[in-house]
Amino acid sequence: MSSDQGPLRPGNPKPWNDPRVRSLVFQIIAMAAVAWVGYTLFQNTITNMESRGIKTGFGFLNETAGFGIIMSLIEYNETMTYSRTFLVGLTNTLLVSGLGILFATIVGFIVGIARLSTNWLVAKLALAYIEIFRNVPLLLQIFFWYFAVLGNLPGPRQATEVAGVAFLSNRGIIIPKPVFESGAGWMGMTLVIALIVSTTLVIWARRRQAATGRIFPAFPVSLALILGLPTLVYFLTGQPIGWDIPTFGTFRFTGGITAIPELGALLVALTIYTATFIAEIVRSGITSVSSGQTEAALALGLPPRRVLRLVVVPQALRVIIPPLTSQYLNLTKNSSLAVAIGYPDLVNVFMGTSLNQTGQAVEIVAMTMAVYLTISLSISLLMNIYNRAVALEER
Amino acid sequence: MKKTIMTMGLAATGLLAFAGSAQAATLEEVRDAGEMRCGVSNGLPGFSQPDSSGNWSGIDVDTCRAVAAAVLGDADAVEFIPLTAAERFTALQSGEIDMLSRNTTWTTTRDASLGLNFTGTNYYDGQGFLIKTALGVDSAYDLDGAAVCTQAGTTTELNLADFFRANDMEYDAIVFDTSEASAQGFDNNRCDVLTSDTSQLAALKTQLSDPESAEILPEIISKEPLGPVVRQGDDEWFNVVKWVLFGQINAEEYGITADNVDEMMDSDNPSVQRILGESSNMGEILGLDDDFMVEVITQVGNYGEMFERNVGPDTPLGLNRGNNELWTEGGILYAPPFR
Repeated sequence: MSSDQGPLRPGNPKPWNDPRVRSLVFQIIAMAAVAWVGYTLFQNTITNMESRGIKTGFGFLNETAGFGIIMSLIEYNETMTYSRTFLVGLTNTLLVSGLGILFATIVGFIVGIARLSTNWLVAKLALAYIEIFRNVPLLLQIFFWYFAVLGNLPGPRQATEVAGVAFLSNRGIIIPKPVFESGAGWMGMTLVIALIVSTTLVIWARRRQAATGRIFPAFPVSLALILGLPTLVYFLTGQPIGWDIPTFGTFRFTGGITAIPELGALLVALTIYTATFIAEIVRSGITSVSSGQTEAALALGLPPRRVLRLVVVPQALRVIIPPLTSQYLNLTKNSSLAVAIGYPDLVNVFMGTSLNQTGQAVEIVAMTMAVYLTISLSISLLMNIYNRAVALEER
Repeated sequence: MKKTIMTMGLAATGLLAFAGSAQAATLEEVRDAGEMRCGVSNGLPGFSQPDSSGNWSGIDVDTCRAVAAAVLGDADAVEFIPLTAAERFTALQSGEIDMLSRNTTWTTTRDASLGLNFTGTNYYDGQGFLIKTALGVDSAYDLDGAAVCTQAGTTTELNLADFFRANDMEYDAIVFDTSEASAQGFDNNRCDVLTSDTSQLAALKTQLSDPESAEILPEIISKEPLGPVVRQGDDEWFNVVKWVLFGQINAEEYGITADNVDEMMDSDNPSVQRILGESSNMGEILGLDDDFMVEVITQVGNYGEMFERNVGPDTPLGLNRGNNELWTEGGILYAPPFR
């Protein structure tokens, strides 16, 4: 009878004994609590700010900012609005973070591999570099590069000149600015064509190698195409690029492109500091690949450089990418130390000056936090996509 | 700096979480705590600067001490909280400090939209330019193209932009987050000119590696009335801070000093008697003891003494009274009467 089946096949447990129901209930309670706390904080803030006569809302973004910013990638002057200062700060943050990530990755990979070199001197130099720069606080390094190194360059009047067109002083590096005249468009088009041809060439070379095993020197040929073709067109079209050469006025150089020392110091410090961590990550990744892999590859007669590139690094990437992602995030967040030396990043321009001129602390801090969150999540997403792409395919 | 960002983050969070109840009770809170928290500059000679053993001095510091003397009877019952220009208002709004005394310019925006009240002016200033003598420039109107060091989040930054725009000149703004950093930038020749309130320029000049190598240009490009600030919505506390400063100015006008305050108690002058609480309930209506000005003058001094001690001609800053002279002496210092 049915009552006899009870002990043999237990039916559904009572809801309060069901682990799935329980966990669902507790999660709903937790969510509700978080939402309630958030709502209370929000209401409390609005009430407090109103009762204290503090202006709220995002209307300030359309007001005129009225202060100067030394460097902007987009057009900016004092008559523009606070939303513009936000964009100027944002693009400056993206610039220094993007360049920092690029350079730190290059330096980090080189040092990480050098650390494992069989050459004693190379390995020890890499070790010394890592230990020194990893253990000195980043802020001190930024000050070092800014005040001690770049600050000691000569003043603009005594600038070191390179061939009379580029100048190095404590106001930064000033190089001639290219002025594109009619005809320069042809060069751009040739460059695009060269890029397309090179890409096709690389794909073709890879297929041919897979099919026949013969190797085609795709890299040098592509390089020659990309550099050579536009240069050829440059002369054929009658040299359509002019140069705006910087000249010295009363106080400073006018014309040309200026790279300000604040950017230089911040970039160098971020690169050198983060590269030490990346080097260690690369080292750990490479050591994680079993030495049998290297030995097998060498036994096949592959040269050591190709062993590294084709056998070791692809397997090491599995281990390298997740911690590398967090170094990229760190570098981006550390770029906010810019404020210490006056590089106009988001924190300096927007959360510093704009906040103080408008007094809209809550709105501006919230916007700045949202930006860093978005940047971090984007980096994380891209790196996860890449990680999936390089994942080992077991066959 | 990282600390700045963290403090600002904390202050903003404080603003979020602050309970709505503590609206009008700063005076009681200060009495209960037995100590006043006063926001000051993090190092500006003559205005507020700690010495090697952590004792603060300066005219802004003395303004805090005077309020503490009036409220708590002890000019030393102050916790000084150093703030950068960018942190100062949030710190006050969020209740992290009870009053702000940090060479802050009184402007419409700040007074009307930040939930703050300016209680008066303890130094009438104006913005000027400090320049390396070697550049051979002797007027601010010849600064076209100059790199200018300044401090983030100040009215200085805005006046600078206005001045160059109005005169159709270009400039590079090199913005640092503290006044020392901007002075260091100037010292290192990162910029040609340092701009700030002239009193600050005088102070920063003394800190240069070679103070004689720089000079202040004659042009004053703005009005900068500097004074203490309190939160809006607490009229009792607003009155206390306001009338301590007025009291010090009135005391100077009637010749009451730290040295003669005891003799002045016996003065026949009714104005003096009212200031010193001999024949009035001025203290009581402000929520203080009637002899609160006696404590202020004994412990801190009148306005003139405060000025002479911190920024006057005999100090490294060597500033003349100028506009900060009493109205009776040709200046614009004019306090409403104790009555």
